[in-house]
Amino acid sequence: MATMTMAKALNAALADAMLDDERVLVFGEDVGQLGGVFRITDGLQARFGDKRCFDTPLAEAGIVGFAVGLAMSGLRPVVEMQFDAFAYPAFEQIASHVAKLRNRTRGALSVPMVIRVPYAGGIGGVEHHCDSSEAYYAHTPGLKVVTPATVDDAYSLLREAIDDPDPVVFMEPKKLYFASAETALPTRTEPFGRAVVRRPGRDATVVAYGPAVPVALEAAEAARDEGWDLEVIDVRTIVPFDDATIAASVRRTGRCVVVQEAQGFAGVGAEIAARVQERCFHALHAPVLRVSGLDIPYPAPMLEHTHLPSVDRVLDAVARLQWDDQPDRRWLTEGSAA
Amino acid sequence: MTTTPQAARRASPRSRRPATRTASNPAAGLLPEAEPVRLLNPDGTLLPSRADYPEPPVEALREMYRRMVVGRRFDAQATALTKQGRLAVYPSSRGQEACQVGGVLALRDDDWVFPTYRESMALTARGIDPVEVLTLLRGDWHCGYDPAARRTAPQCTPLATQCVHAAGLAYGESYQGRDTVALVYIGDGATSEGDFHEGVNFAAVFKAPVVYFVQNNRYAISVPLSRQTAAPSLAYKGVGYGIPSEQVDGNDPMAVLAVLTRAVAHARAGKGPFLVEAHTYRMEPHTNADDASRYRDADEVEAWRERDPLTRLETYLRGREALDDAAVADIAEQAETYAAQLRDRMNSQPTVDPLSLFEHVYAEPTAQLVEQREQVRAELDAAAEGDA
Repeated sequence: MATMTMAKALNAALADAMLDDERVLVFGEDVGQLGGVFRITDGLQARFGDKRCFDTPLAEAGIVGFAVGLAMSGLRPVVEMQFDAFAYPAFEQIASHVAKLRNRTRGALSVPMVIRVPYAGGIGGVEHHCDSSEAYYAHTPGLKVVTPATVDDAYSLLREAIDDPDPVVFMEPKKLYFASAETALPTRTEPFGRAVVRRPGRDATVVAYGPAVPVALEAAEAARDEGWDLEVIDVRTIVPFDDATIAASVRRTGRCVVVQEAQGFAGVGAEIAARVQERCFHALHAPVLRVSGLDIPYPAPMLEHTHLPSVDRVLDAVARLQWDDQPDRRWLTEGSAA
Repeated sequence: MTTTPQAARRASPRSRRPATRTASNPAAGLLPEAEPVRLLNPDGTLLPSRADYPEPPVEALREMYRRMVVGRRFDAQATALTKQGRLAVYPSSRGQEACQVGGVLALRDDDWVFPTYRESMALTARGIDPVEVLTLLRGDWHCGYDPAARRTAPQCTPLATQCVHAAGLAYGESYQGRDTVALVYIGDGATSEGDFHEGVNFAAVFKAPVVYFVQNNRYAISVPLSRQTAAPSLAYKGVGYGIPSEQVDGNDPMAVLAVLTRAVAHARAGKGPFLVEAHTYRMEPHTNADDASRYRDADEVEAWRERDPLTRLETYLRGREALDDAAVADIAEQAETYAAQLRDRMNSQPTVDPLSLFEHVYAEPTAQLVEQREQVRAELDAAAEGDA
């Protein structure tokens, strides 16, 4: 066992994948000699040469479209979008080609590739560097959308993403890059499509993914003092989504809070909340609540703490789970004024 | 004082003087000719031969003529099928036969083509089953042919996006030691898209063996070329990427084939991409749903009718005695048979299977897709019971 950061684990996953499969090519902006602005590709060019790990022109649609062609020729591209919001120029390539090529051709062509997206905030980044863009991808059939919250998952999920026959948008929570944990690589954790209970509990289920998982776990610790025993589930793979693990938990606890860092409206948390109430209605003692970022463009660094879901906001939501079996007064008067 | 590039290279750096514009311009070799390359006059007579674009073998031209005749008949049949409601829509390429067929003839079977929605004729000229080509427009699926087996990407509707795919594919092929060339069909309007720029730039930087073949048919639906570019011609865009380019009379089949043959050879030799602009004209509206009279004069269309590529090549081949009345009649008969068979096959209603909607979203359907598939299956079963 050794202590390792998520950044190092991702780097090791790329290196091991390149070692195991010579079809794997890693490219993007500044990923070569520099090793990426977050150093996730550090040392890969020196070790594998500049044909396997290389810089490209500064053009995200070009990077992703180039990867489509490489995948068509039988290679396994792993591309880096430097930051979440910088991936938007590639959105047409992702939504119209990467996601659909298998379907358009009835399986004759497929484009297995990994699009790595450093995402979300909490790092004091200036505008366009902190977006939570997962819902755009999760809403696009044909893509798998994966987001690790632990060091072991960072390694294992990235290895699985590179081996996957379908394109994977691999969303890396920037604020967790330099969080470290004990690990012994190469690890293999649960496969795609499986959510994991990070902390068992009896009273309520807190569902989270990516950067919100540590917040949920911290809230669960704090909730002990309030007398609540919270179960925390890490979604891990937004697509494919694990309804079964989450529904089983909520049926047991009868209460559920969904936490995401992204703005809330029409987000992944809304989808999860809807799926939970569809499956668990008769087991629920309270409405499923969401804790999310505010419905605002990502704020300037000095204001981001107001935007980000905090432990307190999670605890406030837990407090509103109708422990006295009384309706939530907050919404009793909504719409009655008209 | 003037100096030649050779003289400039010989000069030592210390003694080198600021050279004149023409002598030192590194872009000079990349520029297209000022006028489109033309080997046949519109009346089918031969222009003086030129060393850089040798006349293609007469057998190749005869085959080009045959495929153009069949292609035009196919195109007319597809338009008719649209009027009969068999196709949802059809974008015709009548008038562009030299380009449609020339692009295909310049390639080997194992080369790749990246077509747009207007290349149905090119795909049939490549030997792809016309029913499979028209699947997209009939609406029973998206791409009807097997792109991997036919080395032909799905017809691309989002404009210019295929420019980047071709760069990646061609680079990937050469990376793996294969000498495959990719040819991209693209229109004048799509050269304004960012993906045209990114695709050509990636191909240039990575020296990918791609031929970018712009069919400049003067209009992007209704918008004329003057609203797409201020460049002297679209071929001049190549120099900005550091790649050679050429412009060609797109209604001169001989010139189209000669220029594309050279471009493909350039790419296959590992010299990187090549940009070809063909000046041509779309004789029909954008699609059957378009009314071209709202944006162009009948006189303009008539003027282009005089430059018909089929007549031009036929006249030339007759003059070379590579074609006579009997051969022309025979080829026309082949075209009629081709069209009749297509009509018959398109008249049968295709079977579609709603359950197939879930098969190719992912390699394996997700649990949620399996759930939705079973729901649709139950709906179908219930409907079948209701019918019984």
